[in-house]
Amino acid sequence: MSRLGMVIDTRKCVGCQDCVVACQTENDVPQGFCRDWITTEVRGTFPQLTMEIRSERCNHCDNPPCVSCCPTGASHVEAFGKVVLVTANKCIGCKACIAACPYDARYVHPEGYIDKCTFCLHRVKEGKDPACVSVCPTHCMHFGDLDDPKSAVNELLRTRRHHTLLPEAGTRPRIFYLS
Amino acid sequence: MLEVTSTRHNALIDPSLHVWSWEIPLYLFVGGIVAGMMVLAGLAMLRLARGDDPRNFFSMQAPLLGFVLMNIGMLALLLDLTHRLYVWRIFTTFQVSSPMAWGSWVLIVVYGVLMVSALIRLPDAWPWLGREVPVLHKLSDAVVTRPARVAALGWANLVLGVSLGIYTGILLNTMVARPLWNSAILGPLFLVSGLSAGAAVMHITASLLQGRPAPQGMIGGAFSALLQPMGSQHPEKKTAHSLVRYDQVFLVTELVFIGLFIINLHTSSASHLSAAALIMSGPYALPFWGVVVGLGVLLPLAWQGLELSHRVAHTVLPAMLVLVGGFTLRWVMVNAGQMSHIVPIASLGQ
Repeated sequence: MSRLGMVIDTRKCVGCQDCVVACQTENDVPQGFCRDWITTEVRGTFPQLTMEIRSERCNHCDNPPCVSCCPTGASHVEAFGKVVLVTANKCIGCKACIAACPYDARYVHPEGYIDKCTFCLHRVKEGKDPACVSVCPTHCMHFGDLDDPKSAVNELLRTRRHHTLLPEAGTRPRIFYLS
Repeated sequence: MLEVTSTRHNALIDPSLHVWSWEIPLYLFVGGIVAGMMVLAGLAMLRLARGDDPRNFFSMQAPLLGFVLMNIGMLALLLDLTHRLYVWRIFTTFQVSSPMAWGSWVLIVVYGVLMVSALIRLPDAWPWLGREVPVLHKLSDAVVTRPARVAALGWANLVLGVSLGIYTGILLNTMVARPLWNSAILGPLFLVSGLSAGAAVMHITASLLQGRPAPQGMIGGAFSALLQPMGSQHPEKKTAHSLVRYDQVFLVTELVFIGLFIINLHTSSASHLSAAALIMSGPYALPFWGVVVGLGVLLPLAWQGLELSHRVAHTVLPAMLVLVGGFTLRWVMVNAGQMSHIVPIASLGQ
């Protein structure tokens, strides 16, 4: 059984937002909303500044608080790849999952249900990468099975320094940022 | 220095979370009132089962009004949902880890107990209905004449009232992503605030028909049944006083829980300190200290203290202030809580 995850090289990411546009096009994301976005962090004191550019989205956590708080089971962990998904026709739009997510990765779709990144599971099931990964012009995004020790994502995690977002939330995110 | 910019621009999420508007605070407030009324009604039923004079009870009829109020709360909850047509989905499953699922099922039981509790008073409280549907008298007698059944109903009201009151706080409490809510005291705080608000509602409604003969007809009778949580016979003066005395205890307890809540936040992590700042000195400091604590707890406490010591006349104004404070408590907690967020460890010291 696979456990899909993503590794993003922040030293290669230039913040071009190709991933954002690709996601919106592939998934027909309604105008004014986004399932993924770019965060830029600048640290230090001039002239000693460092900058990290990250492509962010739902972290498909191993311990997802959005799933445990859902009253209908609409928010669930899919058997395929342990991806966190929302079943629209089970969702009542109570927004508990939005309040429970420390990454603010979800939003209310104009049709009323809660929407978020799906890791483009429809593409992944066809053997393709998620849309955001496939269009990245700097090839900074990598996608694969975290349970497979030989996968490219595990190779990167073994050899490169990396971090996740808000590890202190205890959600065990599955998107890793190389730094 | 740490400067963070984001290209995300999702409505209701950015720049800070505000997915829950007035509906959820109203639902939590009404849920708290109903919880408080159920606890007080439960206590009255237990005393009736013990054989005490029913005229000394202040809340036998409270479930009637509680039932109507609960519907207002549920309507607010329904209005908050953005995918309303699928609301029935809650009751086709039971998600053990979801506080909202627990709450929804508890509400079903609460509805049942409120309905039975209301029905046993209905034929007497609403004489027109008693005449039109005589079977209601039989139903009422089947419970009221058997102390064991009254006691069972009393315990059901008591236990469900406490569960409902605490649940309204636990609902928020379990969301780790919002540090302001991460205090287990929130449940008991909402419970005592609900008890106080429940007592206040009974105080206000009981005084509406004071000294006037209750209407007996179809419409007037229905309204008077609702607005007589202390029963059709006017309660003895000491009963009304005991309601105010109960409220004093609830208000002092609420004050203690507010203090513990603030200590709890200040002795926790950087995220909790940052969340506490929202109500201590930030945008919600004035509604919290001015309205919740000042107008909603301290002023009614002092005012009712003077009333009990016969220095000022009894009015419903302190009870109204308690209600204003009770709603504002939920409004502040829901809104400030949504604004609170986890402070990343990596950003500390930058």
